[in-house]
Amino acid sequence: MLSDSDRIFTNLYGMHDRTLSGAKARGHWDGTAGLIKKGRNWIIDEMKASGLRGRGGAGFPTGLKWSFMPKESDGRPAYLVVNADESEPGTCKDREIMRHDPHTLIEGCLIASFAMNANACYIYIRGEYIREKEALQNAIDEAYEAGLLGKNAAKSGWDFDLYLHHGAGAYICGEETALLESLEGKKGMPRMKPPFPAGAGLYGCPTTVNNVESIAVVPTILRRGAEWFAGFGRANNTGTKLFAISGHVNAPCVVEEEMSISFEELIDRHCGGIRGGWDNLKAVIPGGSSVPCLPGKIMKEECIMDFDWLREQRSGLGTAAVIVMDQSTDIIKAIWRLSAFYKHESCGQCTPCREGTGWMMRVMDRLVKGDAEPEEIDMLLDVTKQVEGHTICALGDAAAWPIQGLIRHFRDEIEDRIKAKRTGRASAVAAE
Amino acid sequence: MLRRLHPEQPDGFAFTPDNQKWAEAQITKYPSGRQASAIIPLLWRAQEQEGWLSRVAIEHVCDMLDMAHIRGLEVATFYFMFQLQPIGSVANIQICGTTSCMICGAEDLVAVCKEKIAPKPHQLSADGKFTWEEVECLGACANAPMAQIGKDYYEDLTTARFAEIVDELADGKVPTPGPQNGRYASEPVTGLTSLSGYEETGHTKMNASVQLASDIGDTIKRIDGTEVPLLAPWQGKSAGKSSGAKAKTPKRADEQTAPKKAKPAAKAEEPPKKAAKPAVTSSAKAEEPSAEELASKKPAALDAPKGGKADDLKKIKGIGQGLEKSLNENGIFHYDQIAKWTADEVLWADYGLARFKGRATRDTWVEQAKLLAAGEETEFSKRAKY
Repeated sequence: MLSDSDRIFTNLYGMHDRTLSGAKARGHWDGTAGLIKKGRNWIIDEMKASGLRGRGGAGFPTGLKWSFMPKESDGRPAYLVVNADESEPGTCKDREIMRHDPHTLIEGCLIASFAMNANACYIYIRGEYIREKEALQNAIDEAYEAGLLGKNAAKSGWDFDLYLHHGAGAYICGEETALLESLEGKKGMPRMKPPFPAGAGLYGCPTTVNNVESIAVVPTILRRGAEWFAGFGRANNTGTKLFAISGHVNAPCVVEEEMSISFEELIDRHCGGIRGGWDNLKAVIPGGSSVPCLPGKIMKEECIMDFDWLREQRSGLGTAAVIVMDQSTDIIKAIWRLSAFYKHESCGQCTPCREGTGWMMRVMDRLVKGDAEPEEIDMLLDVTKQVEGHTICALGDAAAWPIQGLIRHFRDEIEDRIKAKRTGRASAVAAE
Repeated sequence: MLRRLHPEQPDGFAFTPDNQKWAEAQITKYPSGRQASAIIPLLWRAQEQEGWLSRVAIEHVCDMLDMAHIRGLEVATFYFMFQLQPIGSVANIQICGTTSCMICGAEDLVAVCKEKIAPKPHQLSADGKFTWEEVECLGACANAPMAQIGKDYYEDLTTARFAEIVDELADGKVPTPGPQNGRYASEPVTGLTSLSGYEETGHTKMNASVQLASDIGDTIKRIDGTEVPLLAPWQGKSAGKSSGAKAKTPKRADEQTAPKKAKPAAKAEEPPKKAAKPAVTSSAKAEEPSAEELASKKPAALDAPKGGKADDLKKIKGIGQGLEKSLNENGIFHYDQIAKWTADEVLWADYGLARFKGRATRDTWVEQAKLLAAGEETEFSKRAKY
């Protein structure tokens, strides 16, 4: 179990002093200039050695991503853009960082921007987080006041400006190129890649987009050393991670734990167990709405919460947003709600996604009621395969996967419901 | 999803002077020539001021940013936080309905809305005070089910508590946002399982979101720009500004930002768009007493707290650190002092103290102080953790 002294977000719940002086007392902003003076290459090498994988869902190695940025400017400025558009259903971890421990993020922005030759950084926060926006802006103002941002930021010799920008309620803007479009003042429609943002991103300039948590852990990793961070979790899945557990556990919460912790330990230690006991566990969505759900049995007996293990189970760690569902849940309806979500949030640019998400939702709608033919299950599966991989961004995939997970693990239940409807008997599962 | 402009549109739109200043500061966040980036924040501010986005407001913002109107209309119709039709005069209640909240009871909250407000989303309630809608994940899943009302999240709701909140809002009160089940933030409700080994330092009553909501007091208020100014500290240091890098162009571009900024301001001063708005601002001002009047209403002051120890005025809902300080500076240290305020003295507190106009009345300081002076607890002080 992770001890408090190894936690990076020491004020996650905001129970301690949230101001700059409080953050300093907890060890943030300590020797920042010294870290920067060690140079760009040292920072990037250290990040690579730490094994940090992006915390926004895809799990791409952060140090490697940074190394794609041009070493020398060709006259264009470079930008760091922090993706704080936290909208993946189930995910509520960045909110806690921004409102309660904002200085981890601000210090991380300075160091990461320096490592990527960027003098400016934009934080794109989702529009609904109004208080979080105010809390973060207060912290930024404090940092400017103390000379930690602005010209010669933190006496490092690096000029750095940090701006807070907000969105207005579009899930798609969490996709990096859609986010850049939105930041440029357009509709949030994803761009084709290549060119990748590191070549031409914000305003056509080299840009790196990172998740809030990926950036906020940087200062602590550099201060305590890559080996320290790499010491947690299995190889290739290192570090500590914020887990957000919601749904049918006794005490839902956001908590920092080591990677590769077992699901059972995570739930028992921090969430007071499953509501109604472990036998009452039906299914778990282990990484936010976009990853396929897994049946409770697998989760209880074997599950290791990291990128690779969940990948092997044809699911994913995603943002580590764990949605727990007990036996009282209508799992078909729960997944239908996600289909409705993706239909609502599809930007409408690519036909397979624009039409497919609506189509999938309507079939799911009938499956919830049992008002379908058994063959339609396979037809639905087939449609998800045709949406998956045929769109510019991953929203099409994300809409397809939850349904695939449902059919893979709970086909019986769908079939039973159709049968019950046909024979006119209301079975227990189809109580609605 | 099809989103259209409302058939009935107002005649004009203008930012209040403070919102105009705010908007101009916002534009300085982006390199010159890239002012279109500011469109979402500016449209949002227009909506915060008016409650919803009208066609004139969208076009006004486009003009400020030198954008074609169609680009602004595209943005306004694409993003779901922009309300394109009038909302309830008190609040538009947004229930998070996505899976985490759904399995924790969001459907029951929607049922409450249907019963208490209107059968359909976006439909005005009979008294015109509320509208409601189901929205997609609001990102507070560990505190499910939850709803956003105005600027704030009301978390860990039950149907009973939610119905109460709607009733309180209808009565002109603003219930304290945040978790409604005694939690502080997103820690386990059963007690801390991590971060408990640290010594308590600088503990505030409430988590960051609720504290801000309570200090600023603008949960369901129409924003006029006086609440939270945008300091734009980067401007003071703009000599080596950001986008600068080594290229020469950005620097020149920076010099250009100055006239750019001046231009929209001048535009806003122009008639005829302005016509509609000032009436509202001045009518708001009309209720506000002049400085001399206020001075005459000032309550009796103490030179120092009785017995050398002041009461913790922050236990009164609506008083944060800043207001407590200015109350102390005005010789007010005790609950019983506030409890005895007359209507005039409340008026002094409403308008003479800080930029949060009308708080003393809205948050019923006097009644709260009476309870606290008698040694009792208020709903708010019970929740405030020390």
